[in-house]
Amino acid sequence: MPEALLAVRGLEAFYGDFQALFGVSIEVARGEAVAVIGANGAGKSTLLKSVAGLLRARTDAITFAGEPIGGLPAYAVAARGIALVPEGRGLFPSLTVEENLLIGGQLGRPGAWTLRRIYELFSALGERRKLPSTALSGGQQQMAALGRALMANPKLLLCDEISLGLAPIVVREIYARLPAVRAEGTAIVLVEQDVVQALAAASRVYCLQEGRVALSGAAKDLTREAIAAAYFGV
Amino acid sequence: MEWINVILQGILVGGLYAMFAAGLSLIFGVMRLVNIAHGDLIVLAAYVALVVAQTLGIGPLTALIIVVPVMAMIGYALQWFVLNRTLGDDLLPPLLVTFGLSVIIQNGLLTVFTADSVKLQAGPIEVATIRLAEGLYVGVLPLLQFAVAVAVIAGLQLIFYRTAIGRAFRATADDPAVAQLMGLDNRHVFALAMALSLAVVAIAGVFLAVRVNFDPSLGPARLIFGFEAVIIGGLGSLWGTLAGGLILGVAQAVGAHLDPGWQILAGHIAFLIVLAARPQGLFPKVRT
Repeated sequence: MPEALLAVRGLEAFYGDFQALFGVSIEVARGEAVAVIGANGAGKSTLLKSVAGLLRARTDAITFAGEPIGGLPAYAVAARGIALVPEGRGLFPSLTVEENLLIGGQLGRPGAWTLRRIYELFSALGERRKLPSTALSGGQQQMAALGRALMANPKLLLCDEISLGLAPIVVREIYARLPAVRAEGTAIVLVEQDVVQALAAASRVYCLQEGRVALSGAAKDLTREAIAAAYFGV
Repeated sequence: MEWINVILQGILVGGLYAMFAAGLSLIFGVMRLVNIAHGDLIVLAAYVALVVAQTLGIGPLTALIIVVPVMAMIGYALQWFVLNRTLGDDLLPPLLVTFGLSVIIQNGLLTVFTADSVKLQAGPIEVATIRLAEGLYVGVLPLLQFAVAVAVIAGLQLIFYRTAIGRAFRATADDPAVAQLMGLDNRHVFALAMALSLAVVAIAGVFLAVRVNFDPSLGPARLIFGFEAVIIGGLGSLWGTLAGGLILGVAQAVGAHLDPGWQILAGHIAFLIVLAARPQGLFPKVRT
């Protein structure tokens, strides 16, 4: 069994006194696409924020490429090769579309993703490169946020609910770009409430329920009933 | 013709006010920090320039080569070790800490240099004039100061909008958490911003030292002029800060021409009029 790229073991997370995660363990192999699904409040975003370093974690709770990264600040985690597409896109309103992409490449890590390739992948962005990021539609903003994360040439891409608030046709457009990302060998974690898209895009699935892993397995092996049961906790 | 001369003098001194204000505006824009010690740091820079010029026997403009990096390093250290700890949701801690800093700087300077006013000699350039037209003369030094002020504002504008570090400043100001996801260490970005601010303060301080007789107590008044220039011009716009400085300078010049005792008051009245009529300033940057 090859060593996992990302190994989360017994992760706990708190917002003040409120405990959001109770000993969550997941694994992501190099180049793999893993989906994390669950109802609202299950702890999916909390999991991603902990991995990305936005939330404090115990040092040994999170291991990336063999190194413990729990407790590292977010800028140090980003430097290791993890890029988060945050919930709500998180584009910088004072920057243009192109500047948002350029700042994604701030670390200057070489790789397949350059400005030109991002514009090839998302032609809508290329047409609007000089506009303020606030002038984009929801779907275009999501593409820009995804492009910005790719500019860092990450080994692991964390996507926090990229389908949120978008029309189904737009979601399909965005998910249609993910194979190009996988082709570069980037591992992806997809946190989604849209179960159908997530299962189609990922090879393995974890289902969180109230801060715990309720179900995990290969996407093609899990039945709809098993997923529904884990999702809703029946 | 005499009114043209008055306005011209006002514009030239307005450039200096804009330089006082630029560093203040920059820091508020990047990290929402109001630096009460800003004026005192300008005076500190003036004294550093005095020491450097006298020790090395060089002119004040040459001393800039040393004073600017020294003040920039002081700015980086100040932000890293002290002011970064005050940043958060509350606006009060930075105000209190920088107020304390203001007191410390003033008293420190008083102890070392005494309250005697001093001035940096720049040589013959101080009295040189250029004839623009019949009866219209302008001093070379004020003209130089104005040109430098415009160059500084243009330079800051260039840094903020055409460089990677400028992008980092704007992004960190927008969203410090997401900026971290880009690999930017907020502490370092803020420290660089303060270093840049104090580099501008250094230039302003040297020009102040050459222009007036200064002593440790001059800081707070420079802070007020800087504030007024920023508010008149509008928050978030560096060119607006230049405009604000010019308007303040012209208002003071007009007031002084009517009656020498009205100089400062005229500036304050102009400030109050703008605040009452257009509180967001004349050229505010609209933040969506």
